[in-house]
Amino acid sequence: MAIFRNIGRFLLMLKGMFSKPENGKMYWKEFMHQCSEIGVGSLGIVAIISVFIGAVSTLQTAYQLLSPLIPKSTIAQIVRDTVILEFAPTLTCIVLAGVVGSKIASELGNMRVSEQIDALEIMGINTKSYLIMPKIIAGMLMIPLLVVIAMALGIWGGRFAGEMAGILSTETFDKGLHEAFVPYNVTFALAKSYTFAFIICSIPAFYGYYVQGGALEIGRASTKAVVVSCIMLLFADYLLSALLL
Amino acid sequence: MIEVRNIKKVFGDKVVINDVSATMQAGQCNLIIGSSGSGKTVLMKCMVGLFTPDQGEILYNGQDFINMPDQDKAEIRKQIGMLFQGSALFDSLTVEQNVMFPLDMFTKDSHARKLERVNEVLARVKLVDANKKFPSELSGGMKKRVALARAIVLNPKYLFCDEPNSGLDPQTSLVIDRLIQEITIEYNITTVINTHDMNSLMEIGNYILYMYQGNKEWEGSNKEIIFSKNQRLNDFIFASEFLRDAKEKRMEEERGGREA
Repeated sequence: MAIFRNIGRFLLMLKGMFSKPENGKMYWKEFMHQCSEIGVGSLGIVAIISVFIGAVSTLQTAYQLLSPLIPKSTIAQIVRDTVILEFAPTLTCIVLAGVVGSKIASELGNMRVSEQIDALEIMGINTKSYLIMPKIIAGMLMIPLLVVIAMALGIWGGRFAGEMAGILSTETFDKGLHEAFVPYNVTFALAKSYTFAFIICSIPAFYGYYVQGGALEIGRASTKAVVVSCIMLLFADYLLSALLL
Repeated sequence: MIEVRNIKKVFGDKVVINDVSATMQAGQCNLIIGSSGSGKTVLMKCMVGLFTPDQGEILYNGQDFINMPDQDKAEIRKQIGMLFQGSALFDSLTVEQNVMFPLDMFTKDSHARKLERVNEVLARVKLVDANKKFPSELSGGMKKRVALARAIVLNPKYLFCDEPNSGLDPQTSLVIDRLIQEITIEYNITTVINTHDMNSLMEIGNYILYMYQGNKEWEGSNKEIIFSKNQRLNDFIFASEFLRDAKEKRMEEERGGREA
């Protein structure tokens, strides 16, 4: 029954976010702060992961394509499509669920335990609206941007690794990139990234906002938030693939 | 003035507050005392709206706080300042930003005007040259003073203090008590304080509500408390030999004063 109770509380939390801001400027400031925290703060790890994922994709695809009948430019096509369809949105978002999700859960959990949320409530501020909504909106703006960057860097990583390992030249790779390109794949990846962004920001916010206890519970809530977010990401990934592809 | 009428709060099957009524006047320090688990923090949280009572009324200057629409409730909350036990300062903000936060949120004043007000209240709580410090750089007493400055920056009509002296040395406790008392009188605030501190009780307790296992056991002033015949109250307040001696001495002083 706890799962239904949690779903109910989660929906009530989302409903509670929608109210007229007490001061638009302060909400905007908080939103910009969250954009910086989520977007700029995660750029480094996203860049590193994307480049390496792209590079490894090239090497492993080349390793598996043994037939001399298959043109080398096919490697670029496979790398492009796997990076766009799966690696950039899903893998990046799983990493972000750890980085951003744990940060959101522990930040809100700490605010709850140290009575900072109570202090805001007593001032007459809708804390769901002021603390959670900017995080979700910032996430839904910045995470798709990070995914687009991850796509570009992933493909670049694959291109660079292909040349460095002497598997295929950059010209061949670029030629492969232009072959049989389906623009819908990018649309699909962006649809996934918006869904994932919502999951990454809202689920940890829920676990952090309703934490009870002390430092130990904040740690537990943070871990639980990341685990549940990752499971929901994978479930959403499957569902979207089944529905949209 | 805050009136609490027949408040009852139940958690599960445990009655935490049972039919408690009290009237807390403006310009006075109203103390809620009681041992741990007696329900005083829950009562305060009901009064500020963090908990909803299962029964009873809370009236702010005659307005029913529990049943009023959320919009009106938000208006009342803007008139409430609260000093939390752990200070509840925003970690990521400096002292100045912490105190300025309510002004930023609820006023349209210029930055210069807000800064002037911040410096005014920081000076009022005797905290100067700390504007740019973060809460992590402050001592317990300084944190309480910053929290007090934040609580009064919007000129509240009601001030709630949850154990303002916990974790402080006796001297700093006295400074905080006197500050609260001065501010209460100066701005004619209805101040409600949850405390265990016997010094506070004797120094600033204009009205004292003693809670025992969720019930109102006794009420009166710091002048009356030493003459109280309530055994539970006496056991709670005058627990040590030293305090019992102090009580006797104070009683003699009071009697002498009355006869003179």
